[in-house]
Amino acid sequence: MMTEEYTKHEYDVIVIGAGGAGLRAAIEAARSGAKTAIITKSLLGKAHTVMAEGGCAAALQNADPRDGWKVHFHDTMKGSKWLADWRMAEFHAKEAPDRVRELEQWGAVFDRTPENRINQRNFGGHTFPRLAHVGDATGLELIRTLQERGIHEGIDIFMEYTVRHLLKEGERVTGCVAYTRVDGDFHAFSGKSVILATGGITRCWSVCSGSWEYTGDGHALALWAGAELRDMEFVQFHPTGMVWPPSVRGILVTEGVRGEGGRLTNSEGERFMFNYVPEMFAGDHADTIEESDQWVEEVVSGKLATVRRPPELLTRDVVAKAINSEVKAGRGSPHGGVFLDISYRGEEAILKKLPSMHHQFKELAGVDIAKEPMEVGPTAHYVMGGVRVNAETQESNVPGLYACGEVASGLHGANRLGGNSLSDLITFGKRAGEFASKRAKDLAQPNIDNAQVQSAIEVMIAPLQREEGENPGRIYDEMRDMMQEKVGIIRTKAEMQEAIEDLKAFDERQEACFPGASRKYNSGWHQALDLKNMVDVSVAATLAALTREESRGGHTRDDFPGELEEWGKILNIIYMEDGEIKVRQEPLEEMRSDLKDAIGEVKAMIAERASEQAGGGQ
Amino acid sequence: MSLKGKTQDFKILRGEGDEAALEEFSIELDEGMVVLDCVHRIQHEQQPDLAVRWNCKAGKCGSCSAEINGRPRLMCMTRMSDVVAETPEGQAIEIRPMKAFPHVKDLVTDVSWNYEMAQKIKPIKGPEEMNWEFNQMEADRVQQFRECIECFLCVNTCHVLRDHALFNEFAGPRNLVRLAQYEMHPMDTEDRIPEIKKDFGIEYCNITRCCTEVCPAGIQITDDAIIQLKERVVDRYYDPLQRIWRTLTRQKVRY
Repeated sequence: MMTEEYTKHEYDVIVIGAGGAGLRAAIEAARSGAKTAIITKSLLGKAHTVMAEGGCAAALQNADPRDGWKVHFHDTMKGSKWLADWRMAEFHAKEAPDRVRELEQWGAVFDRTPENRINQRNFGGHTFPRLAHVGDATGLELIRTLQERGIHEGIDIFMEYTVRHLLKEGERVTGCVAYTRVDGDFHAFSGKSVILATGGITRCWSVCSGSWEYTGDGHALALWAGAELRDMEFVQFHPTGMVWPPSVRGILVTEGVRGEGGRLTNSEGERFMFNYVPEMFAGDHADTIEESDQWVEEVVSGKLATVRRPPELLTRDVVAKAINSEVKAGRGSPHGGVFLDISYRGEEAILKKLPSMHHQFKELAGVDIAKEPMEVGPTAHYVMGGVRVNAETQESNVPGLYACGEVASGLHGANRLGGNSLSDLITFGKRAGEFASKRAKDLAQPNIDNAQVQSAIEVMIAPLQREEGENPGRIYDEMRDMMQEKVGIIRTKAEMQEAIEDLKAFDERQEACFPGASRKYNSGWHQALDLKNMVDVSVAATLAALTREESRGGHTRDDFPGELEEWGKILNIIYMEDGEIKVRQEPLEEMRSDLKDAIGEVKAMIAERASEQAGGGQ
Repeated sequence: MSLKGKTQDFKILRGEGDEAALEEFSIELDEGMVVLDCVHRIQHEQQPDLAVRWNCKAGKCGSCSAEINGRPRLMCMTRMSDVVAETPEGQAIEIRPMKAFPHVKDLVTDVSWNYEMAQKIKPIKGPEEMNWEFNQMEADRVQQFRECIECFLCVNTCHVLRDHALFNEFAGPRNLVRLAQYEMHPMDTEDRIPEIKKDFGIEYCNITRCCTEVCPAGIQITDDAIIQLKERVVDRYYDPLQRIWRTLTRQKVRY
């Protein structure tokens, strides 16, 4: 066998990924004294976090003093259809406010309240205005702030390096192997702790809001290294993506549009969301257009709401399915979506609160949202599932391997609330960095096992050594279309069984593809290597979805339309055994009693408010 | 005008070093495409190893900067309908990498200089206590600068860098915007004026506004960032009254 040369590196903590979670983790690790590296497959500051728009949820109590950690905890659990890890939801609700305030001290300039504090906006599923935001470009603010802080913390940053393999010694993870995108060189990293912060998997669907990076790298690395995933059937289809023209289909239209009063209508001009309020949320949303309008009027003028919110602000799973049903029933817009209208708020307000939406529609669709409605429809946006982690430490079942942000799982259960992602990144990014660094303190520097590195390199160079084969781009396009069609927003057993078979065929095809022989910035080679991740995470998501014979949150079965009580207490655990991806069930752990009491308290408060507001709104 | 079905020719810079040359491609267009869609189509149908850097394809990450028909633009935000309209009938659309940065391969350049320069800028220094108080008007001045997506088109266009290559003397528009963001932050107490003059070379800018013209985020780089910083430098170094005041009070001049 030919041996390839590679460069060796040694670190206490290695962070894979440089989005919000990775940067926050690295800052924490470096600050606690660990020699820290960030390995990112893009340039710094380009990660998918830049695409987050609406805001970062934290019970700061600036916009409404009635908010608090208990209400945020309740909202997150309820939004998750009670499947979230309640310990993570508790940490998140309690710690997010300080993580946001910390960002402000690191230079983030959030929009302000009249009292000169961080302003907060309304979002689906959040009882009170809770999202710290910067217009509709909050993710950019978050990543730039962490980037500008991170470069002064003594972290070594490896840009345009893609990790393809985790090194192991016995059960524990001891580092990773990467290739450089620019030159196609190989690098082996010894790390006492490794943190996955690689984001999501939504590039597996052809209509998605994800950047090219969302090929499930961390999910796949974790599976291959023996880590367990959970909740992979729960993929969030965001209700509002662009639908026209075809080349922009899927690009996100922030929920902030609805938070600012955006109205959803069908081709008959009907505000259809009034017809789709589920029992679980009945009573706490407006019954009439008048009540809705009054809520918007109060909220945009900075008052505390005295009536109930519009049904457009129901959780994302509910709104996405409603839009899907309207289109199916023949009441869609000309290009297969529905209408979302914010123009009545006037140009000035729209340019202030939704500037990038205005720009995006004007530039890409030739639509002026200050004058006419947008056409929107569901887009694959977020995976609730991911690496199963310890709530406190973010460590997986594989010692030394941590995960935070979208690649981790637990906080969002069956459905994530908007705004809970950015807060997830900073809350659990910090925790992962803290505990990964603690673990590193007691360990000697692991050796780099040459045999493992060489076999990883062999896998990486294989596509370049073929003499002919299919263009990886074609496999990529066809696989995404297949997942969209067969494991999309509405699922059936028969289609998903077909998908499993199709994925086997795609797996064979990717193993024979040929991107050309050059190692130097060969985009096709990079894509060829991503294909394997995409196949494996697609299998994981499909298997879990086949198993869960009910509909809940981001998982909707046409053949099992309702929620089933027994599935409300069960988690799907996905793992790899002898090279095969498998799924098993585990019971959900019962919530601690003081947290149950907190939920009870909040429920009573919400019920009381709803009855008062229903009275006040008439 | 629908472009669906139209066959379009492109000339794209291919290769590396001295051997890089324009290569011709031809693809069939669909409705509503942007330039980046066409590059992807060439990759997926013809040459998978065509090098291009991109991330979000939504104008938010600033990765896919290039020179399209000689004009520096984001490939993901440049609609084919506009480019076809500006290209004379029968001519190919030309796509080249950014010229001011070292060429890597095809459409990819080495933009690491921007990151090295950013590293030299001191981070924000404000109160230790949490919950900073400032109003929306104060936020507004800074928020514009924070809309920068770091596409580096401004740097690519700036003649101080593009034509005169003063990369050691001048911070370039992007990083001057970053300096403006800190300098005008209502809570920042760091004194940045001496560096802005000496290390970051603000005086090299002679206000031709080329950077502002190409900014896809619409930031008023010249008027709102650079000229403001230039005025602060002038006040500090060339205004005798300010100078005496500063010596007497030993304070940063605030506006």
